[in-house]
Amino acid sequence: MSEKKIDNTRRNLIVATSAVAGAAGAGAAIPFAWSWWPSERAKAAGAPVEADISNLAPGELAVVEWRGKPVWIMRRTKEMLEAIKKVEDKVTDPKSEVPLQPEYAKNEYRSIKPEYLVLVGICTHLGCSPQPKSSEAKGEMGADWAGGFLCPCHGSKFDLAGRVYKGAPAPVNLEVPPHTYLSDGTILIGEDKKGA
Amino acid sequence: MASRLMALWDWFDSRMPSVAEEFRKHLAEYYAPKNFNFWYFFGALSILVLAIQIVSGIFLTMNYKPDAALAFGSVEYIMRDVPGGWVIRYIHSTGASAFFLDVYLHMFRGLLYGSYKQPRELIWIFGVLIYLTLMAEAFMGYLLPWGQMSYWGAQVIVNLFSSIPFIGPDLALWIRGDYVVSDATLNRFFALHVIAIPLVLLGLVAAHILALHDVGSNNPDGIEIKKTKGPDGHPLDGIPFHPYYTVKDIVGAVVFLALFSVVVFFVPEMGGYFLEYNNYVPADPLKTPAHIAPLWYFTPYYSILRAVPPLFNSVFPGVAMMGLSTLILFFLPWLDRSPVKSIRYRGGLYKGAVAIFVLTFLVLGYLGTEPVTVWGQAGAWLGYADRATIAARICTLLYFAFFFLMPWYTAIDKTKPVPERVTM
Repeated sequence: MSEKKIDNTRRNLIVATSAVAGAAGAGAAIPFAWSWWPSERAKAAGAPVEADISNLAPGELAVVEWRGKPVWIMRRTKEMLEAIKKVEDKVTDPKSEVPLQPEYAKNEYRSIKPEYLVLVGICTHLGCSPQPKSSEAKGEMGADWAGGFLCPCHGSKFDLAGRVYKGAPAPVNLEVPPHTYLSDGTILIGEDKKGA
Repeated sequence: MASRLMALWDWFDSRMPSVAEEFRKHLAEYYAPKNFNFWYFFGALSILVLAIQIVSGIFLTMNYKPDAALAFGSVEYIMRDVPGGWVIRYIHSTGASAFFLDVYLHMFRGLLYGSYKQPRELIWIFGVLIYLTLMAEAFMGYLLPWGQMSYWGAQVIVNLFSSIPFIGPDLALWIRGDYVVSDATLNRFFALHVIAIPLVLLGLVAAHILALHDVGSNNPDGIEIKKTKGPDGHPLDGIPFHPYYTVKDIVGAVVFLALFSVVVFFVPEMGGYFLEYNNYVPADPLKTPAHIAPLWYFTPYYSILRAVPPLFNSVFPGVAMMGLSTLILFFLPWLDRSPVKSIRYRGGLYKGAVAIFVLTFLVLGYLGTEPVTVWGQAGAWLGYADRATIAARICTLLYFAFFFLMPWYTAIDKTKPVPERVTM
């Protein structure tokens, strides 16, 4: 075999077969990468959940688990609803322009019925769970605190409609999950009203 | 007896001569500069810690259960019921912090003596890859005890990916394998932590050392010792790594292991810096701990993440800056335009820049361990912003200024003449 001359036909054959083998090898990675998607069992566990709200007292917060996330159901009093109106100029997105709620909750109180607030209790900053702070926590939250939620991780503040206060690390409001009333006392979380 | 052993060795050597060849190439006849100082301990110590982590890790897997329902209990079982289990686990948890401490000091040595500069760029790149791989290894390992900090720390870090535009939410779902951090996540992180990433790490360490032994070690003077060779063809300023530096490194290892044992036996939690108190509470997806902080070795980057304000309703800018703050290390060999390597022969500009950088890194690291309210609120003139956030923003700017202004200040810096031969 000559040392100087390269047989291009043979070289091209090697390049072509190597490329095909390489592509096949890369293709073999597909089932492995695929196996990282949620399993059928995980998907089934993500099904909608029912919550009984008939025993919820005014001002009380209930937590139910949906897809492993805490979902808050809060029965708001008249004063709490008033407080939401008052802080309009202090929150980043008072009109809920960022689509973090179904259309039926894109309103003043971010809920289907003003009285009941349904929120995913996960901070939109980095996924911690904020804690409720009533309007009585003025000592900790400042003299003009009207009640709402505080994320313990990075200090994001939210009002009683889950709207984020200006200057917080969280960029957007808390998410309202799809939900629907099965009856006056039961909410189905994770599914919109049929046909809606 | 001795002749019998020699005969046995000859038998072996004639059948596999590469063992003796590699021993000569990498140890007995690897000529290292004779002026290594204190800073040259940390490469060898990092390998020692890697070995400690692999051995202690193997024994932990013999009793650990990678199952969301059993993981927390199995770690407590190791701590209380397995004979010697507690010491194995404390060795592993202390080893994680020791690994980062060694690696940070090792990297700082590179910064002091310009060890990343031509012709050692590849060594540096392999080193940065080791550092990033080590971060992934530590992060995934931290999920395994399935405590509150494990769980919520993983939640925060995986959510960083979900802020990436367009593909983010799906990418985070794919990484978790569920809608939240769950059993699926724990199980795959276990697989990655105990086998996949360690294999990558070992390969990178081999590449790092082979690349080093091809071009030869730098030294505190930043002189190429291969330029001045004696009649025997060996560098005049070089001494064989074995026995000279193996002996030196054994001294370093003994001192290191003594300090390591003090931590393992007396302060394994290191006041919450090596093992966080909240991690002794089982993971609860419905309740976030009051204060979430990563372990100390991640906190400088965590501070940068928190310091960057959201833009266009997205936290992605902070995530991008945090990513950039580690990836920028790759470019160090080309950002540094100084004609000399070692800080000994550099001017005040570079010395000042390194001093500010170290301070910045430490302040960012400290702030990352604390809530943003740690220093209270500033006055009205700063809109009542958290003082710690303002400090973190200034430090973030300084951190990036160190790198982005480097081509400029290293080029105009007044350097001193570099001697021909090493000084002691």
